[in-house]
Amino acid sequence: MTNFLQQIVSGLASGGIYGSLALAIVIIHRSTGVINFAQGEMATLSAFVCWTLVDHGWSFWAAFAATLVLSFAGGVTLQTVVIRPLQGGPLLGIVILTIGLLIAFNGLTTWIWGGAAKQFAGPFSTAPINVGGVAFSKQDIGVIAVSIVVVILVGLLFTRTKAGLGLRAAAVNPIEARLVGVRVPAMLAVGWGLAAALGAVAGVMAAPSLFLEPNMMQTVLLYAFAAAVLGGMDSPVGAVVGGLVLGVLLNLVGTYVHWIGGELRLATALAVILGVLLFRPSGLFGRPAVRRA
Amino acid sequence: MPLLELRDLEARYGEIRALHGVSLSVDDGDFVAILGANGAGKTTTLRAISGTVKTTGDVILEGSKVFRRTPEAMARRGVAHVPEGRGTFATLSVLDNLRLGAWTQRGTSQRDLAHVFEFFPRLYERREQQAGTLSGGEQQMLALGRAMMAKPRLLLLDEPSLGLAPIVVREIFDALLRMNERGTTIVVVEQNATLALAAAKHAFVLETGRIVLSGPAADLRANESVRRSYLGY
Repeated sequence: MTNFLQQIVSGLASGGIYGSLALAIVIIHRSTGVINFAQGEMATLSAFVCWTLVDHGWSFWAAFAATLVLSFAGGVTLQTVVIRPLQGGPLLGIVILTIGLLIAFNGLTTWIWGGAAKQFAGPFSTAPINVGGVAFSKQDIGVIAVSIVVVILVGLLFTRTKAGLGLRAAAVNPIEARLVGVRVPAMLAVGWGLAAALGAVAGVMAAPSLFLEPNMMQTVLLYAFAAAVLGGMDSPVGAVVGGLVLGVLLNLVGTYVHWIGGELRLATALAVILGVLLFRPSGLFGRPAVRRA
Repeated sequence: MPLLELRDLEARYGEIRALHGVSLSVDDGDFVAILGANGAGKTTTLRAISGTVKTTGDVILEGSKVFRRTPEAMARRGVAHVPEGRGTFATLSVLDNLRLGAWTQRGTSQRDLAHVFEFFPRLYERREQQAGTLSGGEQQMLALGRAMMAKPRLLLLDEPSLGLAPIVVREIFDALLRMNERGTTIVVVEQNATLALAAAKHAFVLETGRIVLSGPAADLRANESVRRSYLGY
């Protein structure tokens, strides 16, 4: 029973990271239909930026805040300079471009910081604390809390602010959105900026437990895809819930189904993608658009 | 000084020319109908004004030529365009659709919302519903209500009666007349010429991308060729 609870807590912690990255993927997908394959490498780059700031003596939270701002600006710039010229062309072109960006960002981080793994001490202690026989670290709880705070903030942004309304309008119907005066290109850039910042959250939260190195987020990206598909590709809430569910599921399956163990963890995530696409393509929270003729 | 002037607008979709030099002017406070057969260039004329199609020629708003004619810029200048097929934001709520109408305004005014709901009480009942679940008539009301939220100087409507029950059409046109009385200038493209000529003060007839007739709506109603071609008696 203790082991069971423990697996759930640590599953939620890794799920929080999957969910944050899945949220980034969903935000870009629902506004442009593009799957950004570079999202993981962008997150790694952000984590390196944060590490560098901390390494230069910044306090963690100051470095984290600066990283979020820089990542947002980077996402906006990336969309404006690299993605926008292809917007309106075939979707496949942009998707292939993001695969190119994956390779480019990976090369960039290796070139700047080298391939060796770095220790990234996060803000939360990794020392285990004991609650009723269940041992978990502050790191686990911290990651879960941060991902929940993030999804609430993103939710409030989308539903309670004018910018959020514009973002949703641009995603649902860009032509109409322009007619009411929404600057759609600016909204798409903001969407990419937001996604880059969310990716940064995932990257920085993942770094302390994964070791910081250029390929750190590559498997996380696949889990994030599984989380996004599970939650429904267009549902921000679904992405985070999908991430948490997936994290717990993988942990439990890995612990209790012996022939799966740790080795088939990734394969299990892919099986989740396949199963969802076969039996419930809109995911747990996605709803097929309702429209009366 | 007219509110809107078009000078020698030409538009093409690829090889096909849709407008061959359209010039017209619309006075402040006017209610103008644009008539014509399918493919005459009515929709393209509206699109040219709202900046959703590229044209050569000049669009002059309140005496000054508009250089950057993008939909966003035209919306900011007080032009509201309700396209054919009542483009609403299908997955957003009725209330969010109306809030988007006020995008160019500073915040969503509760008074403006109340005003729209007074025009269309049914939108109030359905305010939390997804716009895509509304009936055709309700969606047209929503599209119109959204345009009202922008407090436009100039309202462009494309086929507002298309596919709607006569009683709903009546309701829509009543609302248009009331908006016009309160000072909104309206340009409406309509297949239903009888309806359009009854509501409008002035009308233009387009044929293959050119204006072939224009004048007070009453004169056009009496015009022999308009009667035969568009009114059907």
